[in-house]
Amino acid sequence: MRCCSPQTLKRIYFILAVMLFGIVLFAVIPAFAQDVTEEEYRPFPMIGSRNAAWIAAQLHLLFGSFILGVPMFAVIIEFIGWKTKDERYDRMAHEFIKLCMGAFSTTALLGGVLVFILVWCYPKVLFKLSGIFGPTMIFYVVLFFGETFTLYIYYYGWDKMQGRFKWIHLVLGVLLNLWGTAIMFVSNTWLTYQTSPATQFKKLSDETKEAWIESVLSQNPEMTRAEVLDGITGNSVIPLHNETTGEFLANVWEAVNNFTWMPVNIHRLIGNIAFGGSIVAAYAAFRFLVAKTEEDKSHYDWMGYNGNFIALIGLIPLPFAGYWLGREIYMFNNTMGINMMGNLFSWLFIIQAVMIGVLFIGANYYLWSGMGRIEGAEIYARYRPYMIATIVICVAVWMTPRTLSTISSASELSAMGGGNHPHLGFFGLMTAKNTVVNIVILTTFLSFLFYRRSGKTPTASWKNIGNIAISVIFFLGVVSIVVLGIVGFSKKLPPLYRENVLTPWQVMVALGVMVVVTIIDIFMYRKATTAGTIKWGEMTERSQYVLILLAITFTSLMGLMGYARSGLREGWHIFGVQRDTSVDAFTPTLSNAVNMVAIIMVIFFALVGFIFWLGLWGEKKKQQAVPIEAAAESDD
Amino acid sequence: MKRISLFTICFVIFIASWVFLRFVVGGFISVPIPSSVIAMYMALIFVAILVHVSVEDTRFSEFIRPIHETLVDENRKTRRIVLAVLIPILMLGYTYTNIAQKAIPAGDPRVAHPVPPSEFILTYKEKEIGTMQEVENPYRHYEKDSPEEFKSHIENGRRVYYDNCFYCHGDHLDGQGHLAHGFQPLPANFQDPGIIPNFQEAFFFWRISKGGPGLPNNGTPWNSAMPVWEEILTEEEIWDVILFLSHYTGYSYRPSGEAH
Repeated sequence: MRCCSPQTLKRIYFILAVMLFGIVLFAVIPAFAQDVTEEEYRPFPMIGSRNAAWIAAQLHLLFGSFILGVPMFAVIIEFIGWKTKDERYDRMAHEFIKLCMGAFSTTALLGGVLVFILVWCYPKVLFKLSGIFGPTMIFYVVLFFGETFTLYIYYYGWDKMQGRFKWIHLVLGVLLNLWGTAIMFVSNTWLTYQTSPATQFKKLSDETKEAWIESVLSQNPEMTRAEVLDGITGNSVIPLHNETTGEFLANVWEAVNNFTWMPVNIHRLIGNIAFGGSIVAAYAAFRFLVAKTEEDKSHYDWMGYNGNFIALIGLIPLPFAGYWLGREIYMFNNTMGINMMGNLFSWLFIIQAVMIGVLFIGANYYLWSGMGRIEGAEIYARYRPYMIATIVICVAVWMTPRTLSTISSASELSAMGGGNHPHLGFFGLMTAKNTVVNIVILTTFLSFLFYRRSGKTPTASWKNIGNIAISVIFFLGVVSIVVLGIVGFSKKLPPLYRENVLTPWQVMVALGVMVVVTIIDIFMYRKATTAGTIKWGEMTERSQYVLILLAITFTSLMGLMGYARSGLREGWHIFGVQRDTSVDAFTPTLSNAVNMVAIIMVIFFALVGFIFWLGLWGEKKKQQAVPIEAAAESDD
Repeated sequence: MKRISLFTICFVIFIASWVFLRFVVGGFISVPIPSSVIAMYMALIFVAILVHVSVEDTRFSEFIRPIHETLVDENRKTRRIVLAVLIPILMLGYTYTNIAQKAIPAGDPRVAHPVPPSEFILTYKEKEIGTMQEVENPYRHYEKDSPEEFKSHIENGRRVYYDNCFYCHGDHLDGQGHLAHGFQPLPANFQDPGIIPNFQEAFFFWRISKGGPGLPNNGTPWNSAMPVWEEILTEEEIWDVILFLSHYTGYSYRPSGEAH
C-alpha cells in the first residue's frame, strides 16, 4: 500500500493543527463565563500544573518566535531576489517559508495544548484575565485566522505568482508580517499585564482617574480628594485595580497599554528576528554537514551565512531593548527591580552574560571563519587576536558578579573584606556592564566591516582619508563610551542620571559610529575592484557546529530569561491583584529552572529536527519522482 | 634554533594568565580574587585561545600537530609515559584538594540586597506610612523649599549617625567601623557606588527601622547584627540620618513613585 505524499501529509497536519487550535479557542470561551470559585485549581497528573503550563507555554513561544521572525526577513530576501533578479534569493526565501509551514502547525498545536492546560489547571486565572481582556481574545482569533490563510496563500502561491504577480505575492508577505506582529502584540498584553497591572497617571482616561480616586477614598475614608492627588504627577504609577477588593477600574486599552507591554513588544520583535535567523542558520548548517554535492554545500553555506547575518542584525540592538525593559520594570516597581538585578534573579543575569558572550564570540568566530573562503581577506587576520582579546575582556567584565559571597570561601571573603571585591566589584555595576556591551557590539561590527571589505580594493581617490576617518571615529566612539562609563561611577550625579542620560548616550554613540562608518564604507567601496570571488561551500565544519551552538544558546537564553520575566511576579498570578494559592506558588530555584529549560530545549530541538526531516524527506521523494517522470516522458 | 610550537605558546599564555590573575592582580595590585572567579576567567581565556587557533585550518593543524605526535609518533614514547604518569597525579591532587575536609567555616550565603515582600507596607512601630513605592522622605522637600531647615535636618542626621551608627558603619560611612570586623556579613558600605543610588529612601527607612530581626524570609539565613532602630530613634531621626548618608557620600537615592 502506498502512503500519501509528504506534501499531502504536511497539508493534512497543517489543516488539522489549525482546526484544533480554532476549536479550542472557541470551545473555551463559554468556560470564561462560568463561575470558578468552587474549584480554583485542578492538578495536572505526574508533572504538576505549573510544569505542564511552563513546558507548553515555552514551546509555544519558541515556535511562535520562529514563525514570526522568519517571515520578516523572508519577505525582504524575496524582495531583493525580485529586484536583483537573482533566483538564489527567491529560492532561499521560499525555503525559509517552507520551514515556517511545518513550524506554524506545531505552534498552533502547542497553543491549543497550552489553552487546554490553562483551562483545566488554572481556571481562576483565565477567568480573571478574560474578564478584562475578553475583546482582545476574540480579536486574537480573527488575527490568527487572517495569518493562517495569508500564510497558506503565500506559501502555496509561491510558484504560481512568479512573474507579473510577484508584487502581489510580496504584498501578501508584508500582510503576513502585519498579522503576525499584531498577534504577538495582542498576546503580549495578557502576560505583561500579569507582571505590571499598572500604568501612568497621564495615560488614564478621566473615567478611570475618577474610579481610581474613588477607590483610594473608599480605602482611606479619612483622606480628602486633594490629599489623594497631592504629589501625583503625570508619570506617577497608578494600579488599575482597587487594592483592597481587586475590582478592575480601567478600560481594556489602559490594561493593554500597561507598563511593560511596549518594552516586551519591542524586545520580542527584535528577538524574533535574531532567533529566526539563528534557527535557519542552524538548519543550513545541518544541511551543509549532510550535503552530498558541491552545489548543495555552496547553497547551504550561503544560506547559513545569511541566517547568521540576520541573527547578528537582531542581536546587536537586543541588549538595548532588554535594558529598556529592565529599566521599565524598575520604574514600575523598585522592589521588583531589586529582586531582578540584586537578589533572587541576579545570578540569572550572570548566566545571561555568559550566554550572550557565547553568542557574540560564536557570531564573530563564524565571520572570521568565513573570511577564509574569500581571496584577499588575509590582510585582516592580523587584527583578529586584538579583537578576540577585546571581546573576551569585555565578556569577562560583563560576567563578573557584583557580590561574590555565595561563590567564595570564608578565607576568600575575609581577604576581600566582605562579599564585594574592592576592585573587581566595580565590574558588577551596570555602568561597567553597559560600557563593555557597547564595546563588544562595536567590535562585532568591525568584524562584519572586515568581512564586507574582504577581497575588495577601493578605487575612491579619498580612500586613505576615508580609512583614517573611520579609524578616528571608532577610536573616539570607544573613548566616549569608556568615559561615559567612568562618569557613571562618580558620586555627584543627579538621581537616575546614569539610567536616563549616560547609558542612552553610550547607546547613541555606538549606534552613531555604526551608522556613520557604514555610510563612509559604502561610498568608499562603491566602485571597488574585486580580487577574488567568495568560494561558497569551502567552509570548515567547525564553523557549522558554531551555527548550531548559536541556535541552542538563543533557545536556552529565551527560556531562562522567560523564567526571570515570569518569576518576578513571585507569589502572584497577577502582581498585587490575584495571589497564587496553588501548591506551585513557590518561586522555582535557579537549578530547577535550568533543568526545566534544558528539558524544554531538548523537546524543542526534537520537534524542529522532525520538521527539518519532514522537509528533507519531501525533497528526497521529489527527487526520486523526477527520473521516473522523465523516463515516462522519454517512453512517450 | 628550533621553533617553539603554537601549542606550547598557547599553553604558556594560559599558565601565564593564571599566574597574572592569581598573583599579580590578586597579590600585588589588589586583594586575592576568589578561585571561582579565576576559574570563570580562565574558562574564557581557554575559549579565546581555542577560537584563535581554530579559525583557520592551517593554524588548527599546526596547533594539534604536537598533540597528534605525542599520541601516535614512535619517537615520542618517553613523552607519552611521562604524561601518562603526570596527568593522573595532577588529577588526583586536584581531586584531593577539592574534596579533602578542611576546618574552615562555610562561606556566607548572604544575597546582595534584602528585598522587602512585594505587598510591603512601610511602618514605624505600628504606624502605617505607606507602600514602598510611594513613600518619600518628608524632609527632602526642604532641600529646595528651605535650605536652612534642610541643613538643620542634615545636622541632626549627622548627630544621630555619630551617636549610634559609626561604631559599625565607620567614621567615613565606608562600613569600616571599630566593631565591623566582628560581623559577618560586614556592615553596609555607603561609599559603595552600588548601594545608595540603587535604592529609594523608603528602602533605607525600612532597613534602619526594622534592623536585622526585620529581614524577610526571602534570602535566609540572615546573620545581621543591625538593631531595630525604631525602638531607639524617632521617626524624624531615622529620616534625618537617611538625609545625612546621601549628603555625606554625595550619592543620590533612586526617586520613588515616578515613572517615565
